[in-house]
Amino acid sequence: MTGERITRDDVEHVARLARLALTDDEVALFSEQLSVILEHAARVSALPTEGVPPSTHPLPLRNVLRPDQVGPTLDRGEVLAQAPEAEDDRIRVPRIFGEEQ
Amino acid sequence: MSAGGVEALASEVRSGARSGREVVEESLGAIEDRNPDLAAFLRVMADEARAAADRVDAMVRAGDDPGPLAGVPVALKDNFCTRGVPTTCGSKILDGWRPPYSATVVRRLVDAGAVIVGKTNLDEFAMGSSTENSAFGATHNPHDPARVPGGSSGGSAAAVGADLVPLSFGSDTGGSIRQPASFCGVVGVKPTYGLVSRYGLVAFASSLDQIGPFGRSVRDAAVGLEVVAGHDPADSTSIHGDAPAVTPRLDEGVEGLRVGLVRELTGVDGLQPEVAQATSSAATALEAAGAIVDEVSVPSAAEALSAYYLLAPAEASSNLARFDGVRYGLRVDGDDVESMMAATRAAGFGAEVKRRIMLGTYALSAGYYDAYYGTAQRVRTLVIRDFDDVYRDHDVLLSPTSPTTAFALGERVDDPLAMYLSDVCTVPSNLSGHPAMNVPFGTDAAGLPIGVQVLAPALGEPVMFRVARAIELAALEGVSS
Amino acid sequence: MSVEPVIGLEVHAELATATKLFCGCPNEFGAEANTNVCPVCLGLPGSLPVLNEKVVEYALRVGEAMHFTVPEESIFARKNYFYPDMPKDFQISQYEDPICVDGYLDVDGARIGVERAHIEEDTGKTTHVGGGGRIHDARHSLIDYNRAGVPLLEIVSRPDIRSAEQARGYAEQLRAVLTAIGVSDVKMEEGSMRIDANVSVRPEGSSELGTKVEVKNMNSLRSLTRAIDFEIQRQSDAWERGERIVQETRHWDEDDGRTHGMRSKEEAFDYRYFPEPDLVPVSPDAGMRDAVREAMPELPAARHRRLVEDWGITDHDAQVLVGNPALADYAERAVAALEGGSARDVVNWSTGDVLAHLNETGLSAEVLPLAPDGLAELVGLVADGTLSRNLAQDVLAEALTDGKRPERIVADRSLAQVSDEGELVTVLDALITENPDEVSRYREGDDKTRKKLRGFFMGQAMKATKGQGNPQLLNRLLDERLEARGEG
Ligand SMILES: [Zn+2]
Repeated sequence: MTGERITRDDVEHVARLARLALTDDEVALFSEQLSVILEHAARVSALPTEGVPPSTHPLPLRNVLRPDQVGPTLDRGEVLAQAPEAEDDRIRVPRIFGEEQ
Repeated sequence: MSAGGVEALASEVRSGARSGREVVEESLGAIEDRNPDLAAFLRVMADEARAAADRVDAMVRAGDDPGPLAGVPVALKDNFCTRGVPTTCGSKILDGWRPPYSATVVRRLVDAGAVIVGKTNLDEFAMGSSTENSAFGATHNPHDPARVPGGSSGGSAAAVGADLVPLSFGSDTGGSIRQPASFCGVVGVKPTYGLVSRYGLVAFASSLDQIGPFGRSVRDAAVGLEVVAGHDPADSTSIHGDAPAVTPRLDEGVEGLRVGLVRELTGVDGLQPEVAQATSSAATALEAAGAIVDEVSVPSAAEALSAYYLLAPAEASSNLARFDGVRYGLRVDGDDVESMMAATRAAGFGAEVKRRIMLGTYALSAGYYDAYYGTAQRVRTLVIRDFDDVYRDHDVLLSPTSPTTAFALGERVDDPLAMYLSDVCTVPSNLSGHPAMNVPFGTDAAGLPIGVQVLAPALGEPVMFRVARAIELAALEGVSS
Repeated sequence: MSVEPVIGLEVHAELATATKLFCGCPNEFGAEANTNVCPVCLGLPGSLPVLNEKVVEYALRVGEAMHFTVPEESIFARKNYFYPDMPKDFQISQYEDPICVDGYLDVDGARIGVERAHIEEDTGKTTHVGGGGRIHDARHSLIDYNRAGVPLLEIVSRPDIRSAEQARGYAEQLRAVLTAIGVSDVKMEEGSMRIDANVSVRPEGSSELGTKVEVKNMNSLRSLTRAIDFEIQRQSDAWERGERIVQETRHWDEDDGRTHGMRSKEEAFDYRYFPEPDLVPVSPDAGMRDAVREAMPELPAARHRRLVEDWGITDHDAQVLVGNPALADYAERAVAALEGGSARDVVNWSTGDVLAHLNETGLSAEVLPLAPDGLAELVGLVADGTLSRNLAQDVLAEALTDGKRPERIVADRSLAQVSDEGELVTVLDALITENPDEVSRYREGDDKTRKKLRGFFMGQAMKATKGQGNPQLLNRLLDERLEARGEG
């Protein structure tokens, strides 16, 4: 982690993971900018973090639970009205190429 | 409109001395006059506001108490869900979305008698420090229209700064309330993480986001905070028990309080000399008021920014995955689901959001997790520990809010790193979850507001506000000039 | 050199809570599409999850039942990948710190290690339209989010299983445990229990693990064994031919009885797991653990032992009952209500006619119209001679269908066995008078003739009593009459 350059391939791989269709110009720009930003971010490794536990959260909370009680649901009409496409009371999407998870 | 402050305004409405309708018309009139130039509001909810004001007035006539914010016009950053009212987050990707529910904070405000007058502009999904990243155009600084209002809650800060509303709310993930408050010359508060419910706040970085108020005065901000603070079972990260009361002890002064000037933040690169001067003047004023002031060190504070720019984008990359064109908002057609999603996100998100999604995805991806995300989380622990050490013998800390006063529109849009560096003083409190607030303290040579930041330990809001109030008094007495 | 199969199972069990994992929407199967949804399970912007306490309780029950260690702290993580039936485009799951680790399950004398059990949310349900409903050929897809956010417990065995039969045994045993402790309906057909199998082969005697293939899409125990058998054979053949086995996911096709490799993706999965910032850690304290332990229902193995000992029934019958806990409950309640007859009688009826009826109708014993004390009543009626076994079978069939009490059916249909000696004597005397030829032939005939004619008289007597004559009594009375005349 020495602020190595982010290649166009890296950018394209990450863009696919993030479902972002980038233009060629964006790929070039991001490979430039991410390199600069990550170089700065790499300063985190300058601090003595060995043996320091990670913090996910600023709060020491534990066991926040709710009772198993039924609450209100949304009106289906309202839900489907927000969707770009609906059919047969379901939300419609283009075919799912690829595989089931 | 708010000369007497939010409390005076609400009590006039509660007593019937002024009608809520009259108050809201005044606010709507000011918005109509100034908003075309400022672009602080993305949406003015004139009809809803009038109806809400009429309901408040009806309650008053019926002898019921509408609550502590009776008839007070309030503006909300447009990343708060408002039932049935478009909520855009400053993004094209939420085109046409009307949330089927309201944020807990919105419900608490309405229950307290507040009148929501509109939704304010922001950097897209709260990512930015200038409000220039909004898909709907930039907001202008009320003190100089050629300058930015700060960000990401620039619209809410400008709305209070231009006196369009006496009270507004924003969200602060790395300084997004405090920095625009500083640029617009208003009070802005980031409360302790977990003090205010995040339910219904569209998430940027869940472990850092916190909602807080903007006000013309420290007292107004305190009143606003008290209304929205407190446990919410719908937010697992909400602090249990009663929220600490702030207003009762606001004017108790600072006699004997121990104030630390944070060395790492008063000596940051690119610090504007007038800002440095104002911070030390504020310290001197506190000393004059009886506080004990010294310089302290928070060694990890400088690296906090690097950690922040790994943690926040990582969480954001995941939080913003749901904007995929399937269930709501924009959809750009594609041959199959994957290309539909990628095309929708490409068209719907702006450059800064894409940049942070890319950054966060990269930081979390296989092979880099430990080096980037994992290390940043350890730095977060160090920041928390460093603050804990300092708070052992200090009640509050003091620093600039932003290294500079408001910069010019367009000045930093092509240099993301420079933009990120303007968060250096505010980010540490988000990592530690501690409260911090901006108090206006004088102006620079160009007449632009300068802000100082008061930081306190977790749930230290009562003492933080007392110190802020003392700084405000000193500013009123002209100590800052 | 022969090869040895190495199998591990990943079981997803839907937890039978009233509400979903992180919101108050009803957790129910078969509701109208997109009606059990709210901002949380639809992943609407701004919504936040709050953990259902029942899910933690159920996971701890599983922890007790399967000898798991429950670590001091378990943490939720986000598993990031895009899929339209997953509303947030990440799944809240547990990754490095699951709620249960390192347990085991004893299956027919073998101890199968269970690596972990973790809590996660289910996805919505996708219907593929066009192309025969297959994902690759579909024109478009439709999504119902009712199932999104339903709580799942994923239970991951160690690769300790060595055959398809043993895999089936493990799945059956696991199902019995989950049912007994009341945490899941475990119906493979409804998808409340889903099983994936990791299958590899290695040279006999080797301790290394071969390249593993994940087999999915089995929706019954039968298809589980068939799929594993097929996969073992496929890999063994490949091994013998010296071919390399590819690490992949394969789909079981019930119709052609084969597994099929799925289209491989351009990129490897990179789930970018990280701790879920909207939830806090779960640290089951002593109080929570004790409450679960105290409320723990009897486990299948213990119940089996108790039924065999207390009722004197066979291992096989105990197995059948324990495998169908609702039926076992039914039988236990019937035994408790017995006034005549024995527990064994109850078990015979339960594992016979009652179970057959359940299988035929698809009902669970809990919802049978005939209450358990109704079965006890029937057993009593047979024991005191009111009903013959054959008649009892008729009566039970009616009682099971419409819930009418057996005594009531007997009365309404005048079915009670005629044990009144006087009534039977009248019938027999008339028969003897009406058939003098047969009487003489009986008295003079050889054994074969006598036997035949006895049958004739019994048949006529049964006919005259509409089948309700007590056969033992009729036999005795007929003997007295035929023999007496012979002497007189
Ligand atoms: Zn729900």
